[in-house]
Parts: sequence; structure tokens; C-alpha cells
Amino acid sequence: MPHPTPLLLGLELSGTGAHPASWRRADSRAEDLFDARYWVDALRAAEDAGIDLAFLPDSGTLQSAGALGRLDAVAVAARAAAATRRIGLIPQASVTHSEPFHLSKAIASLDFAATGRAGWEVSVAAGEASLYGRKPEQDDRSRWQEADDAVEVVARLWDSWEDDAEIRDAATGRFIDRERLHYIDFAGEHFAVKGPSITPRPPQGQPPVAVRAADPHSTRVAVRRADLIRIAAPDLETAAATRAELRSAIAAAGRDPNRVRVLLDIDIHLADTADTAALEVAQLEDWIATPAPATVFHIGTAAGLRDILRRIETDCAADGVVLRPLALAAALPHLQALTPTLRERLGLPRPASRYAHA
Amino acid sequence: MPDHRIRKQIHLAAHFPGVNHHTVWTDPGSGSQIDFDSFVHLARTAERGLFDFFFLAEGLRLREHRDRIHDLDVVGRPDTFTVLNALAAVTTRLGLAGTINTTFNEPFELAKQFASLDHLSGGRAAWNAVTSSDAFTGENFRRGGYLEHAKRYTRAHEVVDATRALWDSWPADALVIDRERGIFAQPIPQARFVSDQFDIDGQFVLPRSPQGYPVQIQAGDSDEGREFAAAKADVIFSAHGELEDGRRFYRDVKDRLAKYGRARDDLKILPSAGFVLGDTEEEAVEHARHIRRQQVTPQTAITFLEQIWGRDLSAYDPDGPLPDIDPIDDANITRGRVRHARDPRAVAEAWRAKAAAENLSIRELIIATTTRQQFVGTPRQVAVEIDHYVQSDASDGFVLVPHLTPAGLDEFVDRVVPELQSLGSFRTEYTGATLREHLGLRHPQQGTTEGVRAS
Repeated sequence: MPHPTPLLLGLELSGTGAHPASWRRADSRAEDLFDARYWVDALRAAEDAGIDLAFLPDSGTLQSAGALGRLDAVAVAARAAAATRRIGLIPQASVTHSEPFHLSKAIASLDFAATGRAGWEVSVAAGEASLYGRKPEQDDRSRWQEADDAVEVVARLWDSWEDDAEIRDAATGRFIDRERLHYIDFAGEHFAVKGPSITPRPPQGQPPVAVRAADPHSTRVAVRRADLIRIAAPDLETAAATRAELRSAIAAAGRDPNRVRVLLDIDIHLADTADTAALEVAQLEDWIATPAPATVFHIGTAAGLRDILRRIETDCAADGVVLRPLALAAALPHLQALTPTLRERLGLPRPASRYAHA
Repeated sequence: MPDHRIRKQIHLAAHFPGVNHHTVWTDPGSGSQIDFDSFVHLARTAERGLFDFFFLAEGLRLREHRDRIHDLDVVGRPDTFTVLNALAAVTTRLGLAGTINTTFNEPFELAKQFASLDHLSGGRAAWNAVTSSDAFTGENFRRGGYLEHAKRYTRAHEVVDATRALWDSWPADALVIDRERGIFAQPIPQARFVSDQFDIDGQFVLPRSPQGYPVQIQAGDSDEGREFAAAKADVIFSAHGELEDGRRFYRDVKDRLAKYGRARDDLKILPSAGFVLGDTEEEAVEHARHIRRQQVTPQTAITFLEQIWGRDLSAYDPDGPLPDIDPIDDANITRGRVRHARDPRAVAEAWRAKAAAENLSIRELIIATTTRQQFVGTPRQVAVEIDHYVQSDASDGFVLVPHLTPAGLDEFVDRVVPELQSLGSFRTEYTGATLREHLGLRHPQQGTTEGVRAS
């Protein structure tokens, strides 16, 4: 099982788009950014286009430029749960200041509300200590060590109710079988949690955990704990090499690499023609200049992006992608063209016409 | 026709049945307490009944009895924020209120979560701020441990003030969104809050939400709790459901408002209450009796007794007499719920006297002593009684607690709400969009919170 067929398609919904000037476009709906309709419309559009996974970034700090402000990502996912039916909802939530007990029940409850479509992207919070005034700012090493414990605790809490713990046995008057509920008794360097969860085991048992492998500290947590590992790479060859390294590390950590999906970030801007796409990006850059993308990017048509996706599949460069539109509104109408056909879903190639010239 | 202009209007809220012996799970009509469909059903029913809000309680540690997880009641609750946000998608006017503890949460995070709920629901969020000084619950949190009783209210005040300082930190007209000139927002000021327990400094991440900030609910009944409510709350959940007791409580709390510069109408008092309906009064009374027996099973009766006696009484017959052995004072026999009996020997004496006088078995005695405020009768009788409570200033309305999940409110909405409307004391349509508007509360003025307090 080298990678799932077809490629997993993820979409990152970041405000009006990953580009800080994206709000200035006429189609950005920047006025609606704090209104539920904006998010539900975008997530429904992604779902209707056949996108598998919606990633919702979060942060406690204000953006340094562009559109300011950020709704809580778990809240946005929950708001969209009943308004969508198929798309995976993967909010980002930081473990640096939040309680693992709260995070565990929040994601489990999202899984109940979305009937088995919740995930969790683990993140750490740099530069937010003064917003809490509780503990000193940590370095990345310390933050990810703490995150490693937090993911362990959340997973144990999800398991702390066995699936059949609720027995409703009227004869004995027992609602639950207390033998099927478990104290997790976790004691780590940063915190201790007794358990069990107050929320029963969610529909998926363990909602998938995503971690962005961006440095040695986060990569270690990803290798040990993640179901979905997000990577950035300058080209597909590097992505393939990174994926191979991750798979070796996962195996070395005693896990089955075939049960972990590596997702490559791709920054995109899509338009009807490559020229239009280039002009629109030039406009964004004219408004606010940004550094060169840190990962594979595509500025052009959906057909061009499909070619890249096919190459990722054939080269085993990744098991899936996370598309990061520079301007969300511009990308949404083109997503449909990226999703696989029925033959592709079946893993069958598109045959050449028998009448076509060889 | 009653005169609608002078009748005090009733406010109603729906409590999602939860972790207590009142929620009957053995009834054939009892559904899931955790599947999202159950929350949808109750919330939509409450909205159909034009209720002010839906209310979700919170628990942060499973209850224990005699050092084991208590297994007789409904167990298993969702995360408050997640469910309320999800319910915002399937309702349009209903207020969405949740209990969130001030002891095991941080102000910045709470401010962001509540502001998000208020934005995403279009101004329907409410926060029931509760405290805990409980090391037992603390074992699930990194804060951990024990917060002494006096400090927990200090912390609660400071958490509420800190969240308000954060919510207030964006100017009301902060968002500019001028595409031509490339100005999205005015410069966002630094939010700063310093107090005994907090030192918060940074920019908040969200504009002011539709309600300014969420409706503030308070549930404690101690003197500190009443002061907290008078100073900061918009709604108080009271446990004083009996008419005269309710009137005393109502007067006491409303009298405290003036010293905080608030009007009597700025705080709504809503006791919690159950209800049992029947086509005739006799039928309702009989139905109520049946429900009481479902709520207090033989096992539950023994558990209540053990809480007072402080020891294992599993050998006793629930249909027999009270134990002749004396109670021992074991404060930890039940953990994770409020302990009511401070003097077990006195309670045992009183119970023995009552059982002897009325010839009650253990189970009958527990049924007699644990019945809470409830309205029992025909829909018309219940409506008239509720209206009487409100018109005579025993409350501003009620938080109704059905005994069945999730359909326990259906009959009330179908049969009692029209009677209340015919009395002229309950709305026939929502006239506002936000929960503050439903409750007749003023939109909070910006900057009324002290951003910095001397430590």
C-alpha cells in the first residue's frame, strides 16, 4: 500500500486566503469573515467539489499583516458540522496553554456532532505566554515535548471509555459498566491528568491526529503520534525523499508506515488561464509583497494543478496534499476540476481511444 | 383579553437533562444523552416554543461513590462549546448557554471561545460561570490541586473582568475594510489586565461580537454568589423554586443591584423547575408519582442513604426501614457533586423521625426528601401556576428541566406554551435577534470594565 488511490485532497481555509492581501480582492467577502455563513459556504463548496479534508488554522496572536482576527478553529468546525455531510473537519488546536482534558472532549464532541468526521491538527503556541500570564515562554523543544505528552493524554482519554461502556441495565439499575471506564493516571513533566474522560468514546474511537513536521521537534511528535503528517517541500523529489525518511522513522518507532498519510502542502492560485492567474498573483504581491513560498506552489489553471497531482501520485511524492489557496474565493470555483473521476477512484487509468493514432 | 402591556413577560429556558438521578434513562422513551441528534431535538423544540435559551451543564470529573465511579445515573457529557456551536447551525433565534468553569480555564482562551460562539451564532451566546475549589476535579487539569474557597470567587471575578477587558479591547468601529486604501482595521490596542491572579498583556484576536459580550449567568447561592450575580450577572439560576422562598430570594438579590449602579430589570432570576403534565390533575399527580419511582430506584435510594450514613449499606432492603446503626462522618463518600449534609447525625435523626411519623420505607423516604420544585397538573394549571410565580415576583421565569432525553420538552411546548400565550405573559414570536434582546437586557457599554486592577 504505497499510497491511497486516489490522492487525499486537503484544503486549508485560512481567512480570506494564505496571501495577506487576499482580503483586498473584490470577491474576498472580507466583511463576512466573522460570520458563520462565510465559513459554512466555503466548507460546503469544498465538500461539493469532493475535497476530503478541511484544515482550519488557528492562532492566539493577531496576523502581522492583512485581514486581522481569527475565530476559534474548533468552534468553526463545530459550527459547520451539521451544515456539511462528508468533508473531514480538522481544526488546529494548540496544546501549549490549553488543557488536554478540554481538547480531548472538544474533539470527541466534534466527532459526535459531525458523525465521525472530526480530526485534530496539533500545534504549539509561540509568543502567547503573555496572553495567559501563567507560565514563562517556552522554547520549541519544550513546547513539542509538552505536545508529545498532550497528544498521549488526549488519546488515552479517548480510550478511557470502552466502546460498550454504556450498558443501561435496568435490572441492576446500572447505566454504565464502571469496569469499562478507566483512569488514565498520566503524570508528565508539564501536567498530570487522572481521567477518565467525561465524554464517551467518540464515533471514530480515535479521531485522526495531524501534525506538521516542520523541524526535528515537531517531526519527532509526528512520527510517534500522527495519523496525518503535513510536510512542506520545494519540489516533488524532495517531498518523495522526505516521505521515505518519515516512513523509515515511523517504522523505527514501531508503527506501521502504511497507517500514516504524508500530506504535501501546495500553495495555489487558480484561474481560467495561466496568464490571468499570474496577473492576479502579481496584483496580490503589489498590494503586499511576500517571501517566496516555502513549499511546492502552482499559479495557473486547475488542469495544470491536476498534472502536478498526478505526478505526486505516480512518483509517490506524498499520500495526499493540502492545498493552500492564496485567495480562497478565487480557488473555490476551480476545486471541482481537481477531484478524481470515477475511474480514478477505482484506480483504473483513463484508456487511450482505440481509434486514436499511436 | 388580558392586558399585554402590564403583564410581566415570562422568560423560559430549556435545560438539557443530564448527570443526576432526575433524568430517567430506564424509560422506553429515553434516548441518547450524547448523540448530537438528541441536542438538536431539544434545542429545536425549545426554539419552536420560543424559549429564550437552551442550557447545557458541564462536568469535569466523573462522580464517585464509595471510591468507585457512580454508575446509576446518566454518565457521559459532551464539550459545552462544541455542542453550542454545532447547535447554532440548526437553530436561528434560540440563545445558547453553557456552563464553563472559571477555575480550570484561562481568561484569554475563554474570551476567544465565547467571542467565537457569539459571532458564529449571530449574538446568542451565554456563559454560566461556575467555580470549583475541588482538588478532586483538579486532578484532571494542569492547574490541578486545590483553590481555597475564598480564592475561587476572587478568581471568578477576575476571570470575568479579564474576559471583558479582552472583549472591550477592540474599538467598536475597529473594522474598516477599505479595499481601495488597503486598510482592513484600525490599529488594535494592547489589552492589559493585572490582578491578584492574572497578568495578561497582548492583543485580542477578535472584533467585538454581536452582543458586545455573552449574556452572563450565575448559579451559586452563597452570599458571595449572590453578590457576584448582583455585580456582574445578567441571569441568575436560582434553586429557590417555592413561592415564598422564591419571593424572598428575588427581593434579596434585586435589592443588591442598586449598589452596583444597576436597575432591578438588569438581572433576570430564573429558578430551575421540573414539570409533569396530565389531561386531568389526578392523572398528572399519578404520572408524577410514577416518575419519582423511576428516578429513585432501589439502588439509588440506598446510594442516597449511604451519602448520609457515610458507609456501605448495600445489605439493607430499600423497601424496609432505615438502618438502626449510626452514621459516620465521611466527607468523601461521594465526590464530584455538592455535598448537602454537613451534619449527618442530625440528618439521620430527622429522617428517622419523618419515616416513623409517616411510616415510610427507605425508598419512600428518599422519594419524599429529594423531590425538587416541579409543576404538576393539566397544561392550563401549570401555565397558570408558572404565571402566578412570575407575576408575584417569585421569579422572572424558569429554567425547565425535563426528566427525559431528548423528547421531555415536547409536551410542554405543544400544550403549555399556548396556554401561557393565552394568558398574555409569553411571547407569540421572537421580536429580537440576540439573546440579550430576548431577555430585555441592555447592550453592554464598552469600557465599563476596569482594565487594570491594582494587585
